[in-house]
Amino acid sequence: MRVLDRLLLLLTGLLAAYQIAVGIDGLTSVPIAAYTVAFGVLLVAGLLLLILGMEVLASPAVVIVSTVIPLSLSLGLVWERLPALRVAYAAFVLLGFVAVLVTRLIPIQNKGPVIVLAVVHGIAGLTITLLPVALALTGRAPLGFALVGLGGALIGAGGLLLSFLRAGRPLLSRESILKVLPGLLLLMTAAFVGGFHFG
Amino acid sequence: MTSVVRRIRTKLSLYWPLTKSLQTGLLLSTGLAGYMSARCPVTHWYDFLGLGLSLYLSIAGSTILNMWYDRDLDAVMNRTHHRPLADGRVSPGEAVRLGAVLSALGVALSLAMDPLYGLIVAAGLVTDVVVYTIWLKRRSAWSIVWGGIAGGMPILAGRTYGLGAIDGVGALLALAVLFWIPTHILTFAMRYHEDYRAARIPTFPSTYGFPRTRLAIALSSGVAALAIGLAGILIGIEWGFVRLLAVLSGGLLLLAVASVFKPAERLNFGLFKYASLYMLSAMVLLSI
Repeated sequence: MRVLDRLLLLLTGLLAAYQIAVGIDGLTSVPIAAYTVAFGVLLVAGLLLLILGMEVLASPAVVIVSTVIPLSLSLGLVWERLPALRVAYAAFVLLGFVAVLVTRLIPIQNKGPVIVLAVVHGIAGLTITLLPVALALTGRAPLGFALVGLGGALIGAGGLLLSFLRAGRPLLSRESILKVLPGLLLLMTAAFVGGFHFG
Repeated sequence: MTSVVRRIRTKLSLYWPLTKSLQTGLLLSTGLAGYMSARCPVTHWYDFLGLGLSLYLSIAGSTILNMWYDRDLDAVMNRTHHRPLADGRVSPGEAVRLGAVLSALGVALSLAMDPLYGLIVAAGLVTDVVVYTIWLKRRSAWSIVWGGIAGGMPILAGRTYGLGAIDGVGALLALAVLFWIPTHILTFAMRYHEDYRAARIPTFPSTYGFPRTRLAIALSSGVAALAIGLAGILIGIEWGFVRLLAVLSGGLLLLAVASVFKPAERLNFGLFKYASLYMLSAMVLLSI
């Protein structure tokens, strides 16, 4: 791994650590727990990439772990900003995670696991991308909060690149994806941290 | 003059590896964190300097004495045969004198600073050199418990120096290091088990097998994480830092448990590296 990649991953980890320790103070318990899980997974994932190298992305556990980030981030956002949907969205998060877990652990030959993954990631990803932008544009949140949506778009882009790569139909070459991934992770984390700070 | 400088530089470059700088640095960081965890209302720079110096001298001194005693083992192990003592670039007499002088200076300075603090530093040194290295290391795989007790002394000493007395939190912090040590040592023992076998050192992997060793690592990691977390709460660190500590502990447990169910050398060495990073991060969080 290049020195620059190591530096970018280290910065990603530090930003995620800052967000966990300082950036979410003052929120209620459910958003704090949800954001801690989301940024915690980001932090640990960044450290593992640093320690074990990019080969760790080939692990089957990556699909399950990477589902946790959008699910918990979107849960925190919905709990904070859309109180009427709290229970329904929490149920979706729980069921969605269990569905991904089950379809990944039990060998299924049809397209079921892919559909489950696409639906769960799709809903969570759209929530993270569109909700902050909508709130910022309608004046129900400061304009800076839209950065969270940018982070959501970036995490979606990264997820798509990795998913297609794992499916054997890469949008970019493996080398290119691994080259841009550390930068993408840092930008995404910076967008989230900035968005929560200004929002 | 130039030749004298060159000679000193050569000597220092030979002595430096004898101190195992990374391990010494990590133990030193635990001692400083222990002191900072006492939250002294006034911290003098000379206290901090004295603490750092006395701990560094004692830890580095005991490490050199260990290396002096184990030079025959180092010579037959692939990983260590190039060490200055093992390959003869430093003579045993020179090394034992250096180790003894550094240890004596460290203990003397710590005793002069505070008798109780000095006593703990001295106890750590004796436990490490006499009980762990000389007495038990070549006899029993369980010697790591004593290595762990010695490893827990710097953090206990640092906190005791800050408080002026031994307290429960200090004991808890020492317990955390004691249970963290197996993660550090046993992952290493598994990676280099052929080396240890060649040197006829009884280790957990050679005595109880790899699966049980991995289980022991997972259990001790869990206890270490719990002890550090509890100590952090009792010290009164900010909740944000408790959250961060919980996340980092989660990573440690995840790797330890994963290595039980999906054993792989890469994962094992990843756990070894993560454990060091974890301890350093935990010490920073306890200090803030």
